[in-house]
Amino acid sequence: MDPVQSARKTLTSFTQMLPIIIGVLLLISLVNATIPAEAYAGFFTGNVLIDPVLGAAFGSIASGNPITSYIIGGELIAAHISLTAVTAFILSWVTVGLISLPAEMDLLGKRFAVTRNLLSFLFSILIALLVDLTLTSFGVSL
Amino acid sequence: MKKEKKNSRSNFYFFVIVIAVYAITALLDLPTAIRALRIFADILLRIAPVLVLVFFLLFLTDLLISPKKMVKYLGRESGAVGWCVAIVGGIISSGPIYVWYPFLADLREKGMRPALAATFLYNRAVKVPLLPLMVYYFGIAFTAVLTVYMILFSLVNGYCTEWLMENPPGR
Repeated sequence: MDPVQSARKTLTSFTQMLPIIIGVLLLISLVNATIPAEAYAGFFTGNVLIDPVLGAAFGSIASGNPITSYIIGGELIAAHISLTAVTAFILSWVTVGLISLPAEMDLLGKRFAVTRNLLSFLFSILIALLVDLTLTSFGVSL
Repeated sequence: MKKEKKNSRSNFYFFVIVIAVYAITALLDLPTAIRALRIFADILLRIAPVLVLVFFLLFLTDLLISPKKMVKYLGRESGAVGWCVAIVGGIISSGPIYVWYPFLADLREKGMRPALAATFLYNRAVKVPLLPLMVYYFGIAFTAVLTVYMILFSLVNGYCTEWLMENPPGR
């Protein structure tokens, strides 16, 4: 293919995608500005089954650099929130994108985006339980 | 062409809705809106190099990779090679997940199977440069166990996503 033609085609499709990428970025910034990091600890109940689900839910809504999720996760562990809840939180932070879902649906298809995100949400809870189980069976505690 | 036009229009509507949300936020709580815009500027500056990279990758795939080649390495018949490419590609790709959607959409159009696209996206969770930080906060055992599970479940996630897309519940 002709490089000029390729560059023109790429530029056109990239320009069409920019409003959605900028829109998602703006939404993520708004969520980060609205929910302070220290607010997360107050939502957990201490229930071993409910907390991982809550952790995964908060991680799905929150977005941004994973470093932030590690810092919040570290604070949650220090606040005696369960390891499964914290693991589900940091995992869904990077695998589930509720805010970027419109962009994913638009570019990769509605069915693909919804299925992938739902599965990632469920797997973040399952992996959290498995990580806790594995560490416990090896006698490792944080 | 018609689909492209429709997508372009829906992208524009989405953008207008987001601007409207900001306008409402500014009316109700101006400092929060300003804080959000500062965060936005900060993130935009950080992801700009990745956006440039994605643009070049899109250009290169359009120029060099034919749908036939794509099907060979990331299509239905790609086998273990395809899974490995998706895992490694997901792990080494940097920046936020959403900047990779256009690139994956392009690959999908050329014949990449949905399972591999989902596996690629799941492996974006494995952040090699951030592993030392994870070790600092949670310890080496936690980091190692979580990383292994993430890579294994990226395959399960990919496979299940594709299967559910092709066999939707209730059909």
